[in-house]
Amino acid sequence: MSPLLTVEGLTVAFPGVQAVRGASFTLDRGECLAIVGESGSGKSVTARSLVGLAGDRASVKATTLDFDGTDLTGLDERGWRRIRGGRIGLVLQDALVSLDPLRTVGAEITEALRVHRDVPRAAVHDEVVELLTRVGVPEPEVRAGQYPHQLSGGLRQRALIASALAGRPELLIADEPTTALDVTVQARILELLDRLKAEGTALLLISHDLAVVSRLADRVAVMYGGLLVEEGPTREVLDGPRHPYTRALAAAVPSAAARGTRLAPVRHSGPPAGPDGCPFAERCAHADDVCRDTPPPPAPLRCHHPESGPVARAVFIGPEGVFIGPGGRALDEPGAVPPARGAYGTTPGAPDPRAVGHGVSLSGIGDTLLTVTDVTKRYGGREVVRGVSLRVDRGEALGIVGESGSGKTTVARIVLGLAKPDSGSVTFAGEPWSALPERRRRPLRRRIQTIVQDPLGSFDPRHDTGTLLGEALAFAGVPRRERRARALELLERVELPASVAGRRPAELSGGQRQRIAIARALAPEPELLVCDEPVSALDASVQAQILDLLTELRSALALSLLFISHDLGVIHHISDRVAVMKDGEVVETGEATSLLAAPSHPYSRELFAAIPALTRADA
Amino acid sequence: MKINTRPARHRALRAVAARAAGAVAVLWGAATLAFFALALIPGDPVTIMLGPFTTAPQSIRDQIAADNGLDKPLFERYLAYLGRLAQGDMGESYQLQKSVAAVIGEALGPTVELALAAVVIAIVLAIVSAVLTAGREGRLRGFVTSWELVAVSLPPHWLGILLLTAFSFQLPIFPVVGVGGPSALVLPALTLALPIIGVLAQVLREGLEAALAQPFAVTARARGLSRRQVRVRHALRHAAVPLATLSGWLAGTLLGGAVIVEAVFGRPGLGALALQSATNKDMPVLIGIVLVSALTFVVISALIDAFQLLVDPRVRT
Ligand SMILES: Nc1ncnc2c1ncn2[C@@H]1O[C@H](COP(=O)(O)OP(=O)(O)O)[C@@H](O)[C@H]1O
Ligand code: SF4
Ligand SMILES: [Mg+2]
Repeated sequence: MSPLLTVEGLTVAFPGVQAVRGASFTLDRGECLAIVGESGSGKSVTARSLVGLAGDRASVKATTLDFDGTDLTGLDERGWRRIRGGRIGLVLQDALVSLDPLRTVGAEITEALRVHRDVPRAAVHDEVVELLTRVGVPEPEVRAGQYPHQLSGGLRQRALIASALAGRPELLIADEPTTALDVTVQARILELLDRLKAEGTALLLISHDLAVVSRLADRVAVMYGGLLVEEGPTREVLDGPRHPYTRALAAAVPSAAARGTRLAPVRHSGPPAGPDGCPFAERCAHADDVCRDTPPPPAPLRCHHPESGPVARAVFIGPEGVFIGPGGRALDEPGAVPPARGAYGTTPGAPDPRAVGHGVSLSGIGDTLLTVTDVTKRYGGREVVRGVSLRVDRGEALGIVGESGSGKTTVARIVLGLAKPDSGSVTFAGEPWSALPERRRRPLRRRIQTIVQDPLGSFDPRHDTGTLLGEALAFAGVPRRERRARALELLERVELPASVAGRRPAELSGGQRQRIAIARALAPEPELLVCDEPVSALDASVQAQILDLLTELRSALALSLLFISHDLGVIHHISDRVAVMKDGEVVETGEATSLLAAPSHPYSRELFAAIPALTRADA
Repeated sequence: MKINTRPARHRALRAVAARAAGAVAVLWGAATLAFFALALIPGDPVTIMLGPFTTAPQSIRDQIAADNGLDKPLFERYLAYLGRLAQGDMGESYQLQKSVAAVIGEALGPTVELALAAVVIAIVLAIVSAVLTAGREGRLRGFVTSWELVAVSLPPHWLGILLLTAFSFQLPIFPVVGVGGPSALVLPALTLALPIIGVLAQVLREGLEAALAQPFAVTARARGLSRRQVRVRHALRHAAVPLATLSGWLAGTLLGGAVIVEAVFGRPGLGALALQSATNKDMPVLIGIVLVSALTFVVISALIDAFQLLVDPRVRT
């Protein structure tokens, strides 16, 4: 039987941009193909081309675009409208803004129902409720009458999926369906998609997150620069990636095993390729003139010099929250290879010469820097933080992991002295901290600095980054004439070119912005850096670079970190110790590797099982 | 909404109360401003009442002044004036021997008719032009946008005169002056509507384009809706939301435009009355017109806010 969807030589161009360069893939009923790649690689454009919605300015060409015997290339607008929603459902990338905010969820689903199916008016309501029930929305009757802003992100995503399913499509395209969501919510959406797949819907899953994909996809296609560079069964691609980009992508996933090593591959920057050459050539260590001038060989492995051999092996956290090592053995079984360990990770078997922190010895390491004792904080009668006790030693990184709403950020605000605990106390460097009146705390504030998820909101949009850093330095008491030199030093410290000083934050990429936020936080030479989801808004590869930077700074400056994240891989990569929070309480604290490998609290087990994670063992 | 009815109702009541207080404040401010501004204008009210050509003896003049309370100090007159206003009494016209309320009442009808006609024309044409041209390139759009620019930037009476010449003197389709049936309303209302169409269409088009660029618009098309359906069912409501910011401008344009349009087309109405009373220094009537204008402003912004509540569930909760 021929596949449900056959795409051959799909090319999409916008004026000035070649967004997709000859993509070919097929998809069967009940099968899940995942397209992964960093943002801007052309995933969404590929997805939208399949329903003829690549955009007015897109020029879409394909040798074959066949859906169940229908040639999509020859469709006019009316023909497309029969396909859209009725045979191919599309769940757009931005779940939070993909439902019309001025209409009820029920109205949106009704609209989708009536376009393709002749549902009698009287039956519409029941059908809407049934669809909402099917995607696991609780209290569907109530929800149908609500507006998107009254729903949580997870519910909005479900409602959106329900509206995409209303026309009973045979193929569902889900573009980054979990990106904007919380980990536990993510897990449930993935379960839902898995169930749809089991019911026979073909699934085209798009993601920048390898870990998400590894759970669901039967096959994976990796995209870079508009090219599907490598394609194959999920396990094969993840366990033995052969294209240099896929290998870099797999290596960039933060994990326990990669602790203390650089995540981002050392950047090669070679000359850019010609228009037909390999898009990865600029970043590829193996690029030569052949790569730059001739089109990469045809699918499935579009590389002139594919790699093989000892690579980072991909292993998974199974649903039970246990590491499954190479060969499918759990890590606590005899004979399994434990993840590498060490405060500044001299990782055996990781010969990367830039692995940081070899034998760094730092004075005062191990003294207690921050103590949080039995802190409770109420907002509007609700205890947001309840009896939390934490400790951060000098030079140590304490990770706090938990769902959003578990009180992580409130703890951060209390540590920063921005919120006052209702009971309990915080001491810093052996002195009272939370108990100090603001007047006495202000001069000490420079010793604790912070980095947040999206720093843009904390920057004055009118100022260029040079001015922003200058202000931070003034705050730190640096005399005016030294500020410029210090600002340039800070930029160098965070690996940004001096030219960035003349640009405004809005003109910078997410990664560059986060570097500026770090530079600003470093200006007063703090001892403790409170990082609240500092990499959650970033792409995997940028995330890796920022984590590398933080790790490097930590060892170079003897910084202590209080690092908050919902991402287990990130937490594991950066923390020495981990605290797990739920509903305002710390349910479990412990040394990172042992806690994450064998959580003792039932909630930790549940949380870790929910998190799609892909870890790396240096076998 | 079924949930949280209590606090919602509570909030709604508070909002209405705040609104009413605001309206009273605006009216009071307008009354005060009008009173003092007109009191400071040079010219003796008694002379105005008597007309420029009468020569009455001083005793009669004093009598008239006393009858009208004009011999009292300014502040006392102000308080008395506020007191009367509070009871809905706007005084007597100096010239027309009628109460101000009656004078304005007569003039209000034609002006409201004109303004309503203009607003309806403006909304319909603006929606049509915005829906047809939003997010499209091409000749129609180029024509419509340059036309809007002209309509917005020309002083409105030029257009009136242009329309007058074109339609009535050259092509006698519509009557030129006076009142009398709907056909006499067409040209004045159109004249008044033109600058409003220009601005509304621009705002609507921008709003439509912003809405069409949102993921939910693409989602709607991914369900199989046509472009037109997406525009009408989804995007138009979004485009209507920013209209709230225009309420002040709309009230001002309608009132100011009415003065000019009524003068140009020789229509009776509030605008014509304003001109006439200004020329005659008929202060009670002028003050009355200022108050009615302020009231119009308050009513229009309340209507637009109510409309926004209806359209946008996000401001309801
Ligand atoms: N409507 C458009 N007009 C012009 N360029 C576009 C448009 N949509 C996408 N692109 C370009 O196409 C490329 C791929 O984008 P996209 O498919 O959104 O990437 P991804 O989904 O992988 O993040 C990018 O360079 C992007 O700038
Ligand atoms: S084709 Fe050449 S440049 Fe491209 S990934 Fe392969 S080796 Fe690197
Ligand atoms: Mg995308």
